[in-house]
Amino acid sequence: MNIPTLRRPVSGRRLIIGLPWLWLGLFFLLPFLFVLKLSLSESVLAQPPYLGLIREFQDGMLVLAINLGNYQLLLDDSLYLKALLSSLQIAAISTLLTLLLGYPMAYAIARSPRHWRLPLMMLIILPFWTSFLIRVYAWIGILKNNGLINQVLMGLGLIDSPLEILHTPVAVYIGIVYSYLPFMVLPLYATLVRLDVTLLEAAADLGCRPWKQFLRITLPLSMPGVLAGAMLVFIPVMGEFVIPDLLGGPETLMLGKLMWTEFFSNKDWPLASALAAVLLVVLIIPFMLLRHYEQRSQEPAA
Amino acid sequence: MNRRSVLLLTVLLFGYAFLYGPILSLIVYSFNESRLVTVWGGFSTKWYGELLHNEQILGAAWLSIKIAAINACAAVVLGTLAALALVRYRRFRGRASLEVLVTAPMVLPDVIIGLSLLLLFVSMEALIGWPAGRGQSTITLAHITCSMAYVTVVVRSRLAHMDQSLEEAALDLGARPLTVFFAITLPIIAPALAAGWLLAFTLSMDDLVLASFVSGPGSTTLPMVVYSSVRLGVSPQINALASLIVVLVSSAVAIAGVLLYRQEKRQA
Repeated sequence: MNIPTLRRPVSGRRLIIGLPWLWLGLFFLLPFLFVLKLSLSESVLAQPPYLGLIREFQDGMLVLAINLGNYQLLLDDSLYLKALLSSLQIAAISTLLTLLLGYPMAYAIARSPRHWRLPLMMLIILPFWTSFLIRVYAWIGILKNNGLINQVLMGLGLIDSPLEILHTPVAVYIGIVYSYLPFMVLPLYATLVRLDVTLLEAAADLGCRPWKQFLRITLPLSMPGVLAGAMLVFIPVMGEFVIPDLLGGPETLMLGKLMWTEFFSNKDWPLASALAAVLLVVLIIPFMLLRHYEQRSQEPAA
Repeated sequence: MNRRSVLLLTVLLFGYAFLYGPILSLIVYSFNESRLVTVWGGFSTKWYGELLHNEQILGAAWLSIKIAAINACAAVVLGTLAALALVRYRRFRGRASLEVLVTAPMVLPDVIIGLSLLLLFVSMEALIGWPAGRGQSTITLAHITCSMAYVTVVVRSRLAHMDQSLEEAALDLGARPLTVFFAITLPIIAPALAAGWLLAFTLSMDDLVLASFVSGPGSTTLPMVVYSSVRLGVSPQINALASLIVVLVSSAVAIAGVLLYRQEKRQA
């Protein structure tokens, strides 16, 4: 079967593989080394605001100066540990909430008549194409004290004074579930629509109740989709900046927001790099889980 | 209808209301006469008029469109090459790393990618003098890196599902590989390329975090302008701008979707 491949000139193959590899190697992989390097250097008031690792001193001697102070600071100041824990907590809870809303939606679409499925999925994906920033912004108008929700609730006489929702953790969770829902529904739908319905019919014939069928057959078989969707939400949310910044309050601690502050407000590039390095290490395991699922789903005849 | 279908239908309706409600409210309030965005003061299109005279927003929009267009073209080329490599060549050195390299930019937080790219650009400028300063070109490079991964996903699934015997037949009849690619492969995967282009374009138009890290003085993109005015509070002009973007993007995507849907129906 490799006759067509043999006829292709070797140079074409090299170009097809080499060009994207080189681009991503240069603009994606290599930059991480600079993050690592900078996280080991010292912050100074200059342009650029850090000292090089290899410094030439007056007598012409080259000195390698590695500074672990940034990491030491991350350990010493409890703010950073708190931010890490709070990011993990917010990411985990919002992943769960997204799953709770996304699973029934994906299930309903996968069980709908065949010609409905594509339009229904397109309706799920469409908001993802329209601006993320704008969709988060829309929630400010809805959640704020004189916003839509409070006006409706007060108009109906259900509450007397406006509910404080904006700038609370609740607003952050709403924003995350809203923005990341398509990422959850997509892989869930992909596994649920491929699910062999004859298994359910067999179970029903043998007297298995619908609820039990779901728990014993559908749910276990859709676990790869659950895992992929969960990681597609969890990983980016860990470093989310826009949502906690616009919808959260000052007490909403998240690593992405902290990194932004260290970088843009405090101009401490080395500390921001150390934070980025820590975040990257934390995300390695979830990322490997995601890769594991994707490899399995790309195997033929799944 | 049994109880289960009613329950599922309710969940779906709630889900779609949750997805589209906020966008609809945004559009409705963009026609609000009152400056207090959430207090209805009558129908008016004055905010759209003011938008057209806002030099800052118009300039930023033009910069964003330029970046997004260049980015989309480059991302389609690179993303298609990556998809071809992953689908057509089963085994090659660096396959595993290429797989990781095309997945990671989609999921890793933008703050990490933005910071690391900035550090790369600063170091490269110090070493080889390129890119000189930061602005349109560095933002474009950053956007290409992230959006080519999305293009790869879209093109890859199309390539994996296409009938390869057509290419083999052409090769057997003596067509050169490059001719086969342009005469047969490209027309078949064209809808995926169009979808990928559109996706890359909208991702770039939408990006705040990467652009904030790698932009320089004088190059402010549209999301950066939106973000800084949103930080100051809700404004009807931003509502008008947001509605324009939503309507433009949705109609483009809807048209592309209908075209794709029709083609798939024809092939099925």
